[in-house]
Amino acid sequence: MSGHNHDHSHAPVSDMPTLISKYEVLETAIRELLQEHGLISAADIHAQIDTTESLNAELGAKIIAKAWADLAFKQHLVENPRKMLGDMGINVGSIAELKVVENSEELHNVVVCTLCSCYPRMILGAPPAWYKSTAYRSRVVREPRKVLAEFGVDVPDSTKIRVLDSTADLRFLVIPMRPDGTDGLQEEALAKLVTRDSMIGTGLAQQMVKSSD
Amino acid sequence: MLNSIPPQRFKAGDHVRVLDRPSIGHCRTPVYLRGRSGIIIGVAGRYLDPEKLAYHKPGMPAHLLYRIRFRQVNIWDTYTGTDADDLEADIFEYWLENATKENKK
Repeated sequence: MSGHNHDHSHAPVSDMPTLISKYEVLETAIRELLQEHGLISAADIHAQIDTTESLNAELGAKIIAKAWADLAFKQHLVENPRKMLGDMGINVGSIAELKVVENSEELHNVVVCTLCSCYPRMILGAPPAWYKSTAYRSRVVREPRKVLAEFGVDVPDSTKIRVLDSTADLRFLVIPMRPDGTDGLQEEALAKLVTRDSMIGTGLAQQMVKSSD
Repeated sequence: MLNSIPPQRFKAGDHVRVLDRPSIGHCRTPVYLRGRSGIIIGVAGRYLDPEKLAYHKPGMPAHLLYRIRFRQVNIWDTYTGTDADDLEADIFEYWLENATKENKK
């Protein structure tokens, strides 16, 4: 496009140039001021973006796999998650408290934040788009069984459903049920069965694929 | 005393009702739980007041935050799941009152 020749100026490259909100303008202004005054550098900002974006549900899967493999660890994790994760080198940080709950044949926990999008980001990374959607947030508290069925999770009536609404300073991590036929598996193999959704409660851990088929 | 800590008003097992009042500005008490009763299952701790923090105030004094369990059939008149299904939410003390027979919905 560099060869064309006319007298109007082009807008800067942007995903949605007409949809810049007042908060984005505010963020840009503050960021530039902080940089101009030498309080933070562009490198600082990009390092933080890298850290934030590098977090994903793999860390959560590693924790769950360890809990499945080591029942004493699981018990301690439920009782004192901050300490147990600290021992694993995972810093829960300054955020809200973390609470770990376990799904079973009797009880199925599912997590939501009806007020916004509170999520255990330090363990699962950024929440998926549907978690932040008005549809999920408003429906899962009112008709959890129907919503879970839409996720492909049919919870029998004999299992109690418990919705955990992250209304304030707690964040929740679900330990999904360990799939059958995984007795001999090491933690690394177990972690591959732990999906992000299973740690929110909108999914189940993956079943073992039979290698003989 | 300006910053004295008030005594804890509720304990685990108490039946409480979420106040049914309007809120102005930022608030962590969902509208769908206002006026609904549940049982306290624990104290989450003392946390800075989100209704002040949101407006760049220090959020002091910190308030007690309770973990509360509600039966779904007590929240929704048209709940279609099972009687056993429940929901847990964390509500600050100043949004709670003792539940009585009259308001135990």
